[in-house]
Formats: sequence, C-alpha cells, structure tokens
Amino acid sequence: MCDTCGCNLTPGNQHLAFKPVAKGATAVSVLKGLLAKNDDQAAHNREHFDRRGLLAINLMSSPGSGKTALLEATLVALKNEFTCAVIEGDLETENDAERIRAKGVQAHQIVTGTACHLDAHLVHNALHHMTLDGVDLLFIENVGNLVCPASFDLGQHLNVTLLSVTEGDDKPAKYPVMFRAADAMLLTKTDLLAVLDDFDCDKAEANLRNLANPAPVMRLSARKELDMEAWYAWLREQLAAQRARVAQGQSRRPAIQSDGQTYHSTTVC
Amino acid sequence: MHELAVAQALVERVDAVIAQHQASTATLIRVRIGPLAGVVPELLATAFPLAAAGSRMEHAQLEFIHAPIQVRCRTCGAETEAAMNRLTCGACGDWHTQILSGDELLLESVELINDTPLDSPLSAHPNV
Repeated sequence: MCDTCGCNLTPGNQHLAFKPVAKGATAVSVLKGLLAKNDDQAAHNREHFDRRGLLAINLMSSPGSGKTALLEATLVALKNEFTCAVIEGDLETENDAERIRAKGVQAHQIVTGTACHLDAHLVHNALHHMTLDGVDLLFIENVGNLVCPASFDLGQHLNVTLLSVTEGDDKPAKYPVMFRAADAMLLTKTDLLAVLDDFDCDKAEANLRNLANPAPVMRLSARKELDMEAWYAWLREQLAAQRARVAQGQSRRPAIQSDGQTYHSTTVC
Repeated sequence: MHELAVAQALVERVDAVIAQHQASTATLIRVRIGPLAGVVPELLATAFPLAAAGSRMEHAQLEFIHAPIQVRCRTCGAETEAAMNRLTCGACGDWHTQILSGDELLLESVELINDTPLDSPLSAHPNV
C-alpha cells in the first residue's frame, strides 16, 4: 500500500482519500443557482411579457392528458374576449400547432428533437417568430412529461398542471416536484369518470394539499365542454391580476421557484 | 433525463468562476441539492463527465451536499422534517407549510488551481 503516490486508490474509494490542498489552490464560495443562465433568460422573457401586459401560462402534464384539447376549447370560448397566442412544445411534428391554427389562433411549434422539456432559451427563440402585439394571453404548452419541465423556468407567470382522470389520483404523490409547482391543477376528462371506478377527485386534491400546495383544483372536460366556466373565470381573474401588477411595475414568478434557496443565500461553506 | 441539461449549465457556471478568478482548472465542485429540485444526484454525476469533457474542470471531483426537506408550519410554527410527497407539518399535520430547505439546486463552492499567483503582473490579463 502506498499512501504517497496514491496507487492504492480506485475510482470507488478515491473520494475517501485525503486530498492535500495543493499550492496555488483556492476554494471559492459561489452559492448561485445552477440554472442561473436559464433563469436569467426566463427573467428576460418575463420582462417582454410584462412590457406588453400579457399573461403567460405554462401548461404541463403527462402526454395525452388533454392540454391541446383544453386549449382548443378555451381559444374558441374566449375568442371574442381576448387575443391569445400559443407556443407548442413537442419532440416531433407540427400537429399541435396546426390544431391551434385551425381555431384561427397564432401558434408557433417548438420541435425539441430529443429534449424532454422546454427551457427559457427555446421559448425566447420562439418569441422571435411571433407577433405579441395585442396579445392578452400566451399559452406555452410544454412537452408532455411529468418530470423534467418542472425544473425549468420559462418566464411564465403561472403554471397550470393537468391531471386526466384516466391517469390515477395518486399522481401528485408520485410526481411531487411537478405538482408542487402548480398554480392551478385541472382534473381533465371528467366525462370519463362515469366509466372509471378507480379515480377519486377528492383523493387527487388531498394528494395536492399534502404537497403544501393551496392551488385551486378545477374539474372539467374540454371535449364535452363540461364545467369549463370556473377555468375561464380563473383565467379572467389572473389576467386582471397581471394587469394590476404591471400597472404597479411588479411581476410574478410561478410556484416553480424554490423557496429554500433564499434561506441559504447567507450559508457559507 | 434533463440532468444532462443541468450538467451543461453546471459546466458553464463553473467555467465562469474559473475565468473570474483567473484560475487554470477546477478540482472540486460542490453542489447543494434538495430532493424537491427535481434533479437526481446520481444521474447528474453520470452526465457531468459528458458535459465537462475537454473543459477546464474535466478532472474535477463532483461532490453533493444533500439538503434535507424541512418545512415550517404556518399554523403552529413548528419546524419539522418532511417527506418528498408529504410536505405537511410533522407536529400538527397541517398542510399550510413553507419549505425551508429541500428544493435547492445550488453551486455551493469550487476549488480552483491557480497557475499564476494573483499578485503577478500577468494576472492583469484575464485568461481567455
């Protein structure tokens, strides 16, 4: 065994070895968010939105839980009230953007290739392809995924997380990072509850509360246009709140931002 | 698998620290990570060498400080540890709590090697 040249070290025990501080070495305390570059870009996007007084909403859910169907119904219902625009994120195809355009609404498709989430840079690039003048509501439909999108701020003001009743009422418990980030949770496809015996809306809501999340829970079916009014009312309310914030020079970051970081800003390693 | 994107962000940040301190390489990178950040330390450790290949931190050791989940109850004021999917108060059970720790994703510190002492005349010229 040789403790001088380190020849008894393996990749497995390397981290346990005593490591003398070499001459010229310095330890630097940084304490910055790892995703600071994304967060800076997100803040820039948010400034764009605030300058125009528009409300940006990030829609997140599993694939197939009805994000695009929700948008289709919403865009038609609010057609005479607000000007909307949509950014679609998918790994492949223009299908979703085409569905939105068919409703007469401006849509830009981000094709992520293999990326499992949107980030602030992708959204910024998309904004260059869009006309935001006069837009009241910008919906960003994230890549269908209950994991990765939760960790990336896009510059949105609000996160809306969908949970379709075909998925299981314990999803908030299984994917706490995603559901903790929700400013509103929509239980979708409720018209199917009649033929499902294993989804309990109250349990889904209780699982959300266990994440200390006070977000409103709305139960609806976009396809059958059931109970959509609460969702529209919430959108109107949130847009009014956004306009009030903008008038006072304030903004809002979604629940996705971590609280804990602020408590560690003074920690010294 | 968004950990590769996180690893790339980490490499960019550490590279900025290296440049800022006019160092040549980083030898140790400490990241504070909480379970609620949505980033798995093991996967980040796997992705890091791919993101760091050819960079000034290629041979750096990546160390994680695991931040426990702690909540403060808004109702009874108790500070307790909590589970990832049960962020309720450990004392009274209420769900009106605030996260004190457990959702961090922080570059905490970096150990650097300086080839040239900071007081040398060369240090006036930042490394490019």
